[in-house]
Amino acid sequence: MRYLPLTEADRRAMLAEIGVASVTDLYVDAPAAALLPGPVPNLPNHQGELEVERALAALAAKNMPAGYGPCFLGAGAYRHHVPATVDHLIQRGEFLTSYTPYQPEISQGTLQSLFEFQTQVALLTGLDVANASMYDGATACAEAVMMANRITRRQRAVLAGNLHPHYQDTTATLARFTGFEVVIGAPDPRGRETLLDSIDDSTSCVVVQNPDVFGHVHDLTPLAAACRAKGALLVVVVTEIMSLGLLTPPGAMGADIVAGEGQSLGNPLSFGGPHLGLFATREKYLRQMPGRLVGQTVDADGRRGWVLTLSTREQHIRREKATSNICTNSGLCALAFTIHLSLLGETGFMGLARLNHAKAVQLAGKLGAVDGVRVLNDSFFNEFTVRLPRRASKLVNKLAKRGILGGVPVVRLFPDADGLSDLLLVACTECTTEADMDALCRALAELL
Amino acid sequence: MSLIKFTKDHEWIRVEGDIGTVGITNHAQHALGDIVFVDLPEIGCEVTQGTDAAVVESVKAASEVYAPVDGEVTAVNDALTEEPARVNTDPLGEGWFFRLRLTNPAQLDQLLDHDAYQSYLEGLA
Amino acid sequence: MTTTSGHRGLEMEEPLIFELDSPGQSGVDLPLPPTTYTRLGRVAPRDSLGLPGLTEPQVVRHYTRLSQKNYSIDAGFYPLGSCTMKHNTRLGEKLARLPGFADLHPLQPISTVQGALALIDALAGWLKALTGMAAVAMTPAAGAHGEMCGMMAIRAAHDHRGGPPRLRVLVPESAHGTNPATAAALGFTVETIPATAEGRVDVAVLKAKLGPDVAALMLTNPNTCGLFERDILTISQAVHEAGAFLYCDGANFNAIVGRVRPADLGVDAMHINLHKTFSTPHGGGGPGSGPVVFSQALAPFVPLPLILHDDDGLRLAETRDEDEGTALAYGRMKAFHGQVGVFVRALAYTLSHGADGLYQASGDAVLSANYLLARLKGAFNAPFTGPCMHEALFDDRSLKGTGVTTLDIAKALIDEGFHPMTVYFPLVVHGAMLIEPTESETKATLDQFIATMLALADRAKAGDAAWFQSAPRLTPRRRLDETAAARKPILRWKPNA
Repeated sequence: MRYLPLTEADRRAMLAEIGVASVTDLYVDAPAAALLPGPVPNLPNHQGELEVERALAALAAKNMPAGYGPCFLGAGAYRHHVPATVDHLIQRGEFLTSYTPYQPEISQGTLQSLFEFQTQVALLTGLDVANASMYDGATACAEAVMMANRITRRQRAVLAGNLHPHYQDTTATLARFTGFEVVIGAPDPRGRETLLDSIDDSTSCVVVQNPDVFGHVHDLTPLAAACRAKGALLVVVVTEIMSLGLLTPPGAMGADIVAGEGQSLGNPLSFGGPHLGLFATREKYLRQMPGRLVGQTVDADGRRGWVLTLSTREQHIRREKATSNICTNSGLCALAFTIHLSLLGETGFMGLARLNHAKAVQLAGKLGAVDGVRVLNDSFFNEFTVRLPRRASKLVNKLAKRGILGGVPVVRLFPDADGLSDLLLVACTECTTEADMDALCRALAELL
Repeated sequence: MSLIKFTKDHEWIRVEGDIGTVGITNHAQHALGDIVFVDLPEIGCEVTQGTDAAVVESVKAASEVYAPVDGEVTAVNDALTEEPARVNTDPLGEGWFFRLRLTNPAQLDQLLDHDAYQSYLEGLA
Repeated sequence: MTTTSGHRGLEMEEPLIFELDSPGQSGVDLPLPPTTYTRLGRVAPRDSLGLPGLTEPQVVRHYTRLSQKNYSIDAGFYPLGSCTMKHNTRLGEKLARLPGFADLHPLQPISTVQGALALIDALAGWLKALTGMAAVAMTPAAGAHGEMCGMMAIRAAHDHRGGPPRLRVLVPESAHGTNPATAAALGFTVETIPATAEGRVDVAVLKAKLGPDVAALMLTNPNTCGLFERDILTISQAVHEAGAFLYCDGANFNAIVGRVRPADLGVDAMHINLHKTFSTPHGGGGPGSGPVVFSQALAPFVPLPLILHDDDGLRLAETRDEDEGTALAYGRMKAFHGQVGVFVRALAYTLSHGADGLYQASGDAVLSANYLLARLKGAFNAPFTGPCMHEALFDDRSLKGTGVTTLDIAKALIDEGFHPMTVYFPLVVHGAMLIEPTESETKATLDQFIATMLALADRAKAGDAAWFQSAPRLTPRRRLDETAAARKPILRWKPNA
């Protein structure tokens, strides 16, 4: 077996040193009835690299990659161009095959890159501090609500109806089992939901997504003021982090916590995971934050270096009093994010955000000109909602047969809500060409 | 003349009139190592004997500081926020945590005096 | 030796990316936007962020230099107990990057992702077969997330049964911190079960603590002392008789995978860290993946979404449905359908090994750990007798009076070219050193490590504490001041700071 370096002679010598006759003797503490006499029956045995590659490539071949044709899918996962450099660097074994930097002297590479990541996330969100990542945007959102509950000592969170329903559901699942209350608004495809009336003295936080799940862009300043007036925190969710290259950041609009999805930078779609949770807040709430933090310090020779810090918030020290149970996070995805954003830099990131927006503006114009298609959004970043004269799911399946991934039917996101079946969510990125847009419009004109 | 008493959880309380000043003992600060953070109670809050009133943290450990007796918090040592090291350098003086107005002074009788605490420590070693 | 440049041969000093800014530069060339017209509603476009500008060669050099400051499995022996730092195959990396996996959007029409659903289903099948369990939830993103998932299922099952609330969860004192953190986050009261002198759960105490208000026992098996809980059948029976469930922390599954099925031990739920037992790269701290296997009793209480088999192929069940048998399923653990990129790597690993290879791999892992135990126990104190599982535990008793601590041994190992073992965990022994060699090492590497450890033990006993305390000396940085970092946290770069 190509991954197992011990030889039969090694094994015999080691058994002799230990003083037992066989490896089975080392399992003496396992109940005899539970100890299998040999490999698990009815499963295949080992295979060579070629065979495994064939088996998995055959599965891959049964899928239609998003990049093989025009793709207009978004809703929390976006198909951006990732420079070749990113994937090359994250595959360096020193990054790929190390673990959590518990020994800082031999982990400065990971630690320094995470310190850069924390700084980048703080800059993007307009907040003071960011952690070293969470699993994904939805779990970051749920953790943000738990953190707001701790800070305010209140147990009632208000979730916007236009918050991504997976984020709503992830938070509601946690609420069901941990015993806090969530109030979830109804989805409003026109983006006119106002949350001002749902905040009262028992509200721990209001969670709002910007741009919202239907693509509308919101000025959150009035909502932030309303939260402050009632002693509630404002949690802002950002599922398309690219938008922060163009929009006023949540921190500047009064957000107390930003929970974001960072997949758009550096990370492939991968059918939904692994993605990258971003988490930023104000300095005064630092000690209530979940997750790992890297801090700057000096070594015994007085040279600058980095360590994991404020670990007393975490489960391995605080156990049942920890701020979160998270341990492993999304380290390598965070590195990909950091490298991609470093490549883009200030002008590149802002330029890319503008390019995404401009493409969406162009597409909205083209789609609005197709008979029967109506663009619902007055405002958007790179994604918006259109109303069709028929059910969006059927149409999307027909488009897929023509090699076009035409968008996300809103009912796929909100299967239990009424009156949304004719809505389609359409996203553009820098990968979307004018030819892609025209192909979609042509196909729609024929199918509608 | 002030009275100082100790708990088996390594807090001390120095009582003058109906006000008690609370901190952690030299043994406790030594066991924790370099103190990096102290979380103090809010002034005005009521604390009950044996329940969490403050938290003291080193790099690798976090430890609750329990109220030695019932009372209402009247003052906290804000200087520890900027300089938590005072808990290490002067645990029984400048490193005090909070003051409380005793609501059940009879509880003091349950606590250890200096000699009893010293023999308790020797028993631990 | 100091140099003019600050570099030392292959070891480069490297500033922060923010300190390398050449304003206006970028490592990405972009086309001009087709229009300048914006539709941002009432939100103003931002005019700056404060990011640095660098070209591609600068970025490549920066992160290459940073990578060289990391220890990794690729470079050397990494016996970090409890973390299963085994060889990570490049086959997995290659396959996860196939466009048919990497370039799939999670919300594509189901007809266009049949292969991806089949992949998830195939891995799920292996996990069920290897554990003997009835069901598996694939979405949890890491081990701790899997614990959350499993304990939610237990809560849901108790709620469904009715009866008085069960709010207590029992956790052995040797458990990973995630166990009590998970139970507490879900509103359970955590009660600790002490360890016996043999490093195992005290069954008498456990039985005394069980009662009609106990929801579950969270047990790690093999446990964090590296030992198989030999009373496991008594334990699971007692837990079940009390009407509670047995949650198993599967962090140490690598010791028994393919040899012992947790179902045969009476386990009701167990998470599997794919980044440990199934070799997916740890990536400097993630991403992980933590599928949870369930017994028949808990099988209905799983999170959504689930994969169902239809006449037309595979389908994702994203809502509860009486007819589909998902009426008792609970909500999402995260967005979308799980760590699919990690699944590709884990399945590639599993198919490569097959049933016979996994049997050999767990055996080799246990053999290697016992070999280290046998060779080192003369010089370091092994607190428990008998064979270990896939990790060997020592305490610091043999260092008593030398002035050398467990931490010093760890730092001295760094200078010797090894990644240290896990130190000061588990908490049940003093100055713990938990060594997990995995099955990926040659005997020559193990022998070299043993020789190094024996030499360090001799040096400690010879009274060379100062030498230990100044280690490491050969690393990009020497011991770092963690106290200063925590007292005045600096968590981000700021201009002119």
